Amino acid sequence: MAAERKIRVLVAKPGLDGHDRGAKVVARGLRDAGMEVIYTGLRQTPEMIAAAALQEDVDCIGLSILSGAHNALVPRLMVLLRERGLEDVLVVIGGIIPDADTAALKQAGVAAVFPPGTSMREIIEFIQGHVRPAPALD
Amino acid sequence: MPLKPSPEANLNQAQPAPSSNLAGSDPGADQEPRPLSPAETAWEREVLEPVLGRTPERDWDFTTLSGVPIRRLYTAADLPSGFDFEREVGFPGAPPYVRGIHPTLYRGRLWTMRQFSGFATAEETNERYRYLLSQGQTGLSVAFDLPTLMGYDSDHPLSEGEVGKCGVAIDSVADMERLFAGIRLDQVTVSMTINAPAAAIWAMYLVAAEKQGVAWSRLSGTLQNDILKEYIAQKEYIYPPEPSMRLVVDTIEFAARQTPRFNPISISGYHIREAGSTALQELAFTLRDGMEYVDWSLRRGLRVDEFAPQLSFFFNAHSDFFEEIAKYRAARKLWCQVMTERYGAKLARSARLRFHTQTAGVSLSAQQPFNNVARVALQALAAVLGGTQSLHTNSLDEALALPTAEAATIALRTQQILAFETGVANTVDPLGGSYFVERLTLDLARGAEDYFRRIDEMGGMVAAVERGFPQREIAEAAYQYQCALERKRKIMVGVNEFATEEAPLETLYIDERVRVRQAENLRRLRAERDGAAVERALSALRRAADSEANTMPALLDCVRAYASLGEISEALRGVFGSYTETSLT
Repeated sequence: MAAERKIRVLVAKPGLDGHDRGAKVVARGLRDAGMEVIYTGLRQTPEMIAAAALQEDVDCIGLSILSGAHNALVPRLMVLLRERGLEDVLVVIGGIIPDADTAALKQAGVAAVFPPGTSMREIIEFIQGHVRPAPALD
Repeated sequence: MPLKPSPEANLNQAQPAPSSNLAGSDPGADQEPRPLSPAETAWEREVLEPVLGRTPERDWDFTTLSGVPIRRLYTAADLPSGFDFEREVGFPGAPPYVRGIHPTLYRGRLWTMRQFSGFATAEETNERYRYLLSQGQTGLSVAFDLPTLMGYDSDHPLSEGEVGKCGVAIDSVADMERLFAGIRLDQVTVSMTINAPAAAIWAMYLVAAEKQGVAWSRLSGTLQNDILKEYIAQKEYIYPPEPSMRLVVDTIEFAARQTPRFNPISISGYHIREAGSTALQELAFTLRDGMEYVDWSLRRGLRVDEFAPQLSFFFNAHSDFFEEIAKYRAARKLWCQVMTERYGAKLARSARLRFHTQTAGVSLSAQQPFNNVARVALQALAAVLGGTQSLHTNSLDEALALPTAEAATIALRTQQILAFETGVANTVDPLGGSYFVERLTLDLARGAEDYFRRIDEMGGMVAAVERGFPQREIAEAAYQYQCALERKRKIMVGVNEFATEEAPLETLYIDERVRVRQAENLRRLRAERDGAAVERALSALRRAADSEANTMPALLDCVRAYASLGEISEALRGVFGSYTETSLT
């Protein structure tokens, strides 16, 4: 019997903003919770994120956006993911997202928006509870 | 019996300051034995111990926000033996400036109330500036949007979604002129939060002043221009460290010769702290950055007293009240020491650390946002008791968005209440002589010196940054703090304790129309300007960048020809290359 596959998460920071405290803390928290985390580094375009998600075969993409660019960047990323057959990858966002924008982001396919002050445990439990089921290994 | 501890017994005072201890402190660490006076010994035995026997202390980490253990009580026993207050702490306006850089401080002139502000277009921001000035604000501080901070024009593909969102969009000197329309640049001091493209933005400011008929020698203000903390913390860099440092030195040299009242750099701990550092790391990395700029300027051939009086600093005001006050006092002491001993500065002005303070954005909560008014007031009080020269108080809605005019007004009123109602501006350094504050000040200074030594051994701050040293230290502290929050060993009211459901706040919303307007302005600018003149100016800039020359004259010529910020930055990218961080997680 093969060992259980770890949840693979791509933590990405799209847009021009460089404030990466949150992204790095979350990346480390997920890793400490037993997930495999790939951190893209800064200033990733939606194209780069979609390509990395495909190449790394991730179960979840965690985006960190504080600058207000989410409405321009996230829907584009969701289209690119669908084009690459990655529609079952769980996409979650943390950062500063006005309440007014949350509904549209969820409409575009984002599974969760984590506001400032969200605990690591909430994020971990959400990802564990919502990633696609691991492929059967038998 | 001497009341002061004996020299032998004082050995335990000579330990370096405890490092961050958020991961879980040894519960007894803050109560290590120290030499007590007979009176204190008697007090412990007769008063303290019976009470501890009946009612033990709370189960709580008595540590600062940075994780430094704090004692129950501070007394003379907590100061080094033979501690000479007049020599070690002294008087305000005299070395080592622990008590302040001015002998009368706020009795002479209150701190400058300088609210950081900028959003959408130059016109909208100009309106906010004029409103704030009409409400008693005494200085301006420009927040630029992310494309401007990264040297991209508003119509660049990477600017999509970002134009005017985190600050004002400035594409050319035409925008800079609109930004200050109706505001005489010799009548206000202006601070500009710009780093990687600082030299070009400053050139725009200088040309805008020229167009107002204001002589450069009359300009007073501050350019942030601190590229080292970008690599360390905020990550808004464009070029690699070496050419970036050269651009900074170009501005320092130019300011020394042409703008004697302008600070070409504001060496910033603010962003280091926001990235999650401890108070000690903020202090140590900022001052070591300052030393790096001095080293590079000396290598350029400048004399220390030629430029050092124009170096300024910028610190965070976080929530741990006494730790913050001690940080500012330690900073002044260390800078005085470094400038006189390490660099041999002769002018008193070279050794005086002048600083701006901003309350901690990272301490604000999106939940129960009105609590932020209280946080900001207390943080601002710490900055004032620490002797700041100017202050920005955050608005209550800044964990959610850029501030509304109402929220920005409350933030300004908070400073006015401090200045005019509380009485704290009546006397200089009111906490000087507090055993606790003096001990914290000493510990922070000692801890910073330890970091200086480590960074010196690495070959300086540029080398340390290239090795990822400060970045790793900060990321570790940020993670430890998050873990402390998760375990509720640190509390954020309304976030991990006392949480409630509440109705959302009305916030400022900036839509995509700003980008359309800026792009249209750029299209018109490119059609109307003399394209050949722009090309000539950009070529001259490339040549200057490729030589040993100071780039400021060539940058000024580009700006006068209405070259855009994106074109100027692209020309320099062609010569210097771009920087990509090696990912560290």
